[in-house]
Amino acid sequence: MKTKKIAVMALAAALAMILSFVESQIPAFVAVPGVKVGLANIAVVFVLYKLGWKEAVVISIIRVFVVSVLFGTAVSLFYSVAGAVLSLTGMVLLKITRLFSTVAVSVTGGVLHNVGQIAMACILLETNVIKYYLPFLIVSGVIAGVVIGIIAAIMVKRVDVEC
Amino acid sequence: MSLPGKKRLADLVLITSLLLLALVCYFLFSGSGSHGNVAVVCVNGEEVARYSLAVEGRYELNGGSNILIIQDGCAWLEDADCPDKLCVRQGKIELDGQCITCLPNKLTVTIYADNSEVELIS
Repeated sequence: MKTKKIAVMALAAALAMILSFVESQIPAFVAVPGVKVGLANIAVVFVLYKLGWKEAVVISIIRVFVVSVLFGTAVSLFYSVAGAVLSLTGMVLLKITRLFSTVAVSVTGGVLHNVGQIAMACILLETNVIKYYLPFLIVSGVIAGVVIGIIAAIMVKRVDVEC
Repeated sequence: MSLPGKKRLADLVLITSLLLLALVCYFLFSGSGSHGNVAVVCVNGEEVARYSLAVEGRYELNGGSNILIIQDGCAWLEDADCPDKLCVRQGKIELDGQCITCLPNKLTVTIYADNSEVELIS
């Protein structure tokens, strides 16, 4: 039972890393800093529903640090951590209410990830430009979140593991 | 997907309110719409330079990491050494409150109108 859980988590961590790599290869399609598709969130949402929130936190931590070491910079680590912390907190809280589906949870995660990154940027740069980007960050987070949420829901349903 | 009706409704309410929030933000923060006349360059949150939009010029910012062009009352970054070049793609700005951000170089270029400068400094 426990070994299986470790295996599934390793699988999810690997998936998150690959998806982060794929995403790093996609050129930015909007000239707004902080806008991300958040493909790696598929793995996080999957673990959140399949295993639980503690496991999702572990996957997030692994993803943020490993991806920053592999594809990022020291500065991008700060942005990622802020995005991941805010996004995960929101998703876990929303999931606990049991009111929403994976789509809404993932949308919240997407929006908060975008907002968290840019908020950290504003703290680092001591500026309040965030407010001009907020509408774009929210809308792009919602669109990406819906897609990611649907994919994650399919994965939760199809990947048959009992842990 | 066959979601239970209640969840689907809750999802819709959440997504709609987020989009409404985006709309409200858009109208709240879209700025005054008036033309600015000064471009303020900040690195790490500290103002390093200030250029008049009335004077055309090409400036190397932050030791050459970003190249700022001012022409026809607009300001834009022509080139940058950051990996994503999002700052270059943000294009031209000319209205009061508009801003170009280069996160990797921790640099911002913001347009202000002269009369709001007092408030800016304080």
